[in-house]
Amino acid sequence: MSQIPEELRYATSHEWVRMEDDGNVYVGISDHAQDSLGDLVFVEPPEVGDEISTGDECGVVESVKAASDIYAPMSGEVIAVNENLEDSPELVNQDPYGDGWIYQLKPANKAEFDELLSADDYATTLEDDED
Amino acid sequence: MGNRTPLYDAHLAAGGKMVDFSGWDMPIHYGSQLDEHHAVRRNAGVFDVSHMTVVDIQGEQATDYMRRLLANDVANVEAGQALYTAMLNEDGGVIDDLIVYKRDNGYRVVVNCATREKDLAWMEEQTSGFDVVVREHPDLAMLAVQGPEARGRLADLLPSAVAQHASTLKPFTFCEGAGWTVARTGYTGEDGLELILPGEQAPDFWQALLDAGVEPVGLGARDTLRLEAGLNLYGNDMDATITPLEANMGWTVAWTEGRDFIGRAALERRREEDHPVLRGLVLESKGVLRPHQRVITDQGEGETTSGTFSPTLGQAIALARLPAGVTGEVEVEIRNKRLPARVVKPPFVRNGKTVYKYL
Repeated sequence: MSQIPEELRYATSHEWVRMEDDGNVYVGISDHAQDSLGDLVFVEPPEVGDEISTGDECGVVESVKAASDIYAPMSGEVIAVNENLEDSPELVNQDPYGDGWIYQLKPANKAEFDELLSADDYATTLEDDED
Repeated sequence: MGNRTPLYDAHLAAGGKMVDFSGWDMPIHYGSQLDEHHAVRRNAGVFDVSHMTVVDIQGEQATDYMRRLLANDVANVEAGQALYTAMLNEDGGVIDDLIVYKRDNGYRVVVNCATREKDLAWMEEQTSGFDVVVREHPDLAMLAVQGPEARGRLADLLPSAVAQHASTLKPFTFCEGAGWTVARTGYTGEDGLELILPGEQAPDFWQALLDAGVEPVGLGARDTLRLEAGLNLYGNDMDATITPLEANMGWTVAWTEGRDFIGRAALERRREEDHPVLRGLVLESKGVLRPHQRVITDQGEGETTSGTFSPTLGQAIALARLPAGVTGEVEVEIRNKRLPARVVKPPFVRNGKTVYKYL
């Protein structure tokens, strides 16, 4: 069973979002997503300064098996990317909700955060996927 | 539910993540494809390849039949030797690639599972006019035990009927006994053995291998290992529309004077024409090469046929069909970006060492 921390919000496309006190958010991919992809060998995050809209393809994670798009869970401006992933993409496998974060976003509309899935709702979508 | 090998339960017990592979439920990995890859390069790993199709050819005219059927020439090897070859259609296209084991009284061949029906139908069709019998053996299991430590770990585990001989096998030779075929062949670029054995003996033998410290390895690592070794995968790097000359397999075509193998006339014509060739690529920036990416060269365009991240090299590698004569620097288009790559002569890795040469 994969981990789904309570305090985060999730997109059906398997990204997680963590809201910070300053109103900015961190974005990564869920434990379930990293486990399905297998060993990651390359992460292509969006670029700092990119303006992205909810649902946009804004990056790629590649495992030895396959490439998979990552989608923007919220609209906003990319203000940082996790540069450690350039040389250590395996951080996403090892710590998907911590050191494996992919980028940081300044949301255009914070209300979008509340529209994302709660941990319970995300867990339900995973169970439905398995049926 | 797909077909299951005799080791299906053993894969689940080892934590295998099962996927469909041409109608078979097979392990793609047992936790980490990268760790399994390194286990084969550094120590020893075992693959279940029982989904592959074992076919025996016997009869008075078995040799004549094989010399007609295959692009390589079984007359060039002795009993006890193995031969890699293509089986061609009349247009010179590759129906399949296979290993032939030449016996005292006939031949054993191992063909790909994805092409099983097509291969068996073709082989049967070609028996017309020959005193020969083609028979599949679905009751057999097949394991590949590969890696620098593989033969050492295996030494005490083989049946006594083959153990002594197996320990002295030279590369591309084999021995048989007690219903086992033990060959010093493989698909990884490492030393090791491939074993064909009665299916009912496979679970105990598998367990004995694991107990001896041989790691279970899934089909995911099998693909990255074979690509590092510069070995073709049927369906990716060649198919029925591609001749061996365009698939880096020219060395497997035996042009023995007067031997009329299927596809020869077409190959002789193709040989006189300008045709693309299969080369290696090493990506010079971050990223991962995949099949069907566009390759831009100063002599026209090409396309990757297989591509992956090479765990041993730590960078992306590919096989690519390119205009003949392309050397040096090329560009590969990945998601609308053009990234620099170098044309190389495969293999990329052999016996754990980087061996590719720039072209």
